[in-house]
Amino acid sequence: MKIDLTDTTASKINKALVQGRRAIGTPAVGMVLTMVIVTDEENAYDAIKAAEEASREHPSRTLVVIKRHARTPRDRTNSRLDAEVRVGADSGAGETVVLRTYGEVSDHADSVVLPLLLPDAPVVVWWPVDAPEVPAKDPLGALAQRRITDMYAVEAPLTALQARVNSYAPGDTDLAWTRLTPWRSMLAAALDQARTKVISAAVESEADNPSAELLARWLGARLEVPVERVVTAGPVVTAVRLGTKNGEIVIDRPEGPLATLSLPGQPSRTLALKVRSTSELIAEELRRLDADEMYAVALRGESGTKETPRHV
Amino acid sequence: MTELEALPDGTPQDAATTPEGSGDTTVEPVGVKAVDVTAVDVKAEAKSNGPVPVADWENPLRDPRDRRLPRIAGPSGLVIFGVTGDLSRKKLMPAVYDLANRGLLPPGFSLVGFARRDWEDEDFAQIVHDSVKEHARTPFREEVWQQLAEGMRFIPGTFDDDTAFKQLRSAIEELDAARGTSGNYAFYLSVPPKFFPKVVQQLKRHGLASPPEGSWRRAVIEKPFGHDLESARELNALVHDVFDPEQVFRIDHYLGKETVQNILALRFANQMYEPIWNRSYVDHVQITMAEDIGIGGRAGYYDGIGSARDVIQNHLLQLMALTAMEEPIAFDAESLLTEKLKVLKSVKLPENLGEHTVRGQYAAAWQGGEKVRGYLQEEGIDPKSTTDTYAAVKLEVDNRRWAGVPFYLRTGKRLGRRVTEIAVVFQRAPHSPFDSTATEELGQNAIVIRVQPDEGMTVRFGSKVPGTSMEIRDVTMDFAYGESFTESSPEAYERLILDVLLGDANLFPRHQEVEESWKVLDPIEEYWETHGKPAQYPSGSWGPKEADEMLARDGRSWRRP
Repeated sequence: MKIDLTDTTASKINKALVQGRRAIGTPAVGMVLTMVIVTDEENAYDAIKAAEEASREHPSRTLVVIKRHARTPRDRTNSRLDAEVRVGADSGAGETVVLRTYGEVSDHADSVVLPLLLPDAPVVVWWPVDAPEVPAKDPLGALAQRRITDMYAVEAPLTALQARVNSYAPGDTDLAWTRLTPWRSMLAAALDQARTKVISAAVESEADNPSAELLARWLGARLEVPVERVVTAGPVVTAVRLGTKNGEIVIDRPEGPLATLSLPGQPSRTLALKVRSTSELIAEELRRLDADEMYAVALRGESGTKETPRHV
Repeated sequence: MTELEALPDGTPQDAATTPEGSGDTTVEPVGVKAVDVTAVDVKAEAKSNGPVPVADWENPLRDPRDRRLPRIAGPSGLVIFGVTGDLSRKKLMPAVYDLANRGLLPPGFSLVGFARRDWEDEDFAQIVHDSVKEHARTPFREEVWQQLAEGMRFIPGTFDDDTAFKQLRSAIEELDAARGTSGNYAFYLSVPPKFFPKVVQQLKRHGLASPPEGSWRRAVIEKPFGHDLESARELNALVHDVFDPEQVFRIDHYLGKETVQNILALRFANQMYEPIWNRSYVDHVQITMAEDIGIGGRAGYYDGIGSARDVIQNHLLQLMALTAMEEPIAFDAESLLTEKLKVLKSVKLPENLGEHTVRGQYAAAWQGGEKVRGYLQEEGIDPKSTTDTYAAVKLEVDNRRWAGVPFYLRTGKRLGRRVTEIAVVFQRAPHSPFDSTATEELGQNAIVIRVQPDEGMTVRFGSKVPGTSMEIRDVTMDFAYGESFTESSPEAYERLILDVLLGDANLFPRHQEVEESWKVLDPIEEYWETHGKPAQYPSGSWGPKEADEMLARDGRSWRRP
């Protein structure tokens, strides 16, 4: 069911949540976390959909904060909060509150969110777009254990990446990193099989791809070898080559979801490396809510990397 | 169990769902890094087609802090005997696909089917394709399918056909060369018990059971693990003769269920349950596994076996062991075995088996809006059969924690609905400040672990009824975590197949447990054989009235699950 509240406050929203839950006959809640999505009107639909799908795995209360832009100075002085409370079938496996803020209250969205957080449950903030400069210092970010940003959604990803390095605080994570998990697990599995020291490495990807950069930094940090970046036509990451004294370990994904794994002295095999949907990425993010130390390692990378852009 | 039961209907005789056998699964918990290096092959030398592995090698890309990286099985293949059976089509093949789809299978993973069919590899691939499309949990993706399909082989033949096993051997060698499976194979025996010795001996004869240096060969077997202690021991001897006891994995698919694994989390990761998890607070425990279906086409297998051997001996005693056991010193196969064995060994049977055990047979009746046949009218069943389709037993665990607390185990076919649960029922409060009218409707507190369907937990306690007068009534609080259709909530078979490939034996009962369980059940079966006959109960009910009387004698009653 859906309850619309116009020009409202957090306590009225709380009442509506209780009312909604009673109406559908499930007064007990088994929700495990509060998910705060900070977005604009344009990206709200997709983000809510992804969060609802992810909530089937992690039943949660989703608070969507949409900051509305006022077009006239007069509107800007008018402060207003509208809310849309969805429970039951309209809201995945949990509850969703869509908050629209107008005027000054937009700068104080944390005052609306704080009373609506589930008692004693972890809080996750996700900025599908327009992440703050320093997520951990953002008023909403400061409420959360886990802060999810997405470098795919910015104009200059590599600049953003540098900003993430500088502002990193435990609990930060980025979907550009989440997208790498299948690649990373296949690389680790390949190395499990090769069982040999890696002496060189190269990551091939489209230009300015933040995932590729993170992957290169992670490989550099873990393997302690310089990692070459090769620019290709894409899409996204197209290949990773690890040089060993027996030959090269290559995962090659020229296009589409089908990749080839080659190990020295072994027949090459195909493997499926698909690009995952946002809801799957979010579900993965929510599986662990403690600090992702490997992300920090990947962000910082190693100094011994060299840049040799080459166009293919 | 219920879902397994649903499968075998119409199972072709060369591919049943219920292989017989036993073995041992004392595999050291193998870390992700070491999946392809078990204790046997530490001195792994150069494989025929691989690079020279470095001793003490640690994968720099793995780090305990990196918890996103899933456990992926090492290079390996799975050989399924009786691949045309229902279990294989409805559970195993979809589970393999789901694992591949979740990226948990190694690149080059190969699937070999063995059955008495005149098929080519492509025909087999088509069968797998169809069963995956119909039964897989995760969406069908062409690229995942391609990855799998390249490694599919089919060997036509019967189990005494030497040519077929020679063919199997060369197929495995071919796959090692073409797909890099490195000689690591699990043999899944999805065949009826009577074929079991044959298959195992053929594997031995053709050198398939002994792994080449630096690789492993594992056997996966399904219940029944014998039909009594003696036959179970025979089977163990038979399998252990061919496979290293540590490489034999017995599937009890209940143990692959999330909720069952959650019993241990609930008990040992929390502070609030363990203090009351004993005879001072617990009145009794009821473990129920009810099915709403009949025996279907399984007459041949079921008659003479019955529900107690089919369900209590394995599933229910395992659930009971997990519920009653002490805290293991670590969450690994060895420690779990130690604790479960202690429980099974301290099980005490009631002195008067006639009063504290009940068996029954379903009779014709209306069940859930459908008119169904009774057991004795089922096709292929002797009208004078005394096989039980319902069994209830009272057991005690004779140790300090549980002395005097009865564990009631019951299972049956054609009961009210399909449900499996463990209910820990607590004693009444020793003193009540409320007068008796206020608490008239108050029952006993209970913690119910719902194993299937609707996996989760229920807590039942008393609460004041809103209003002016003091009136206390039972309420329940439900907990359900996640839902079964998400990618990360795997089917039991998925989890178990992955564990086999990883060599992780935590969730597999071992031959000592199997034998101890038979020691519990054998005296009951012997008593039943010589005393009376099964009571009749109408299909769709909750069992014979004798079962209700059995609890009434103790001043208790069955929960309606």
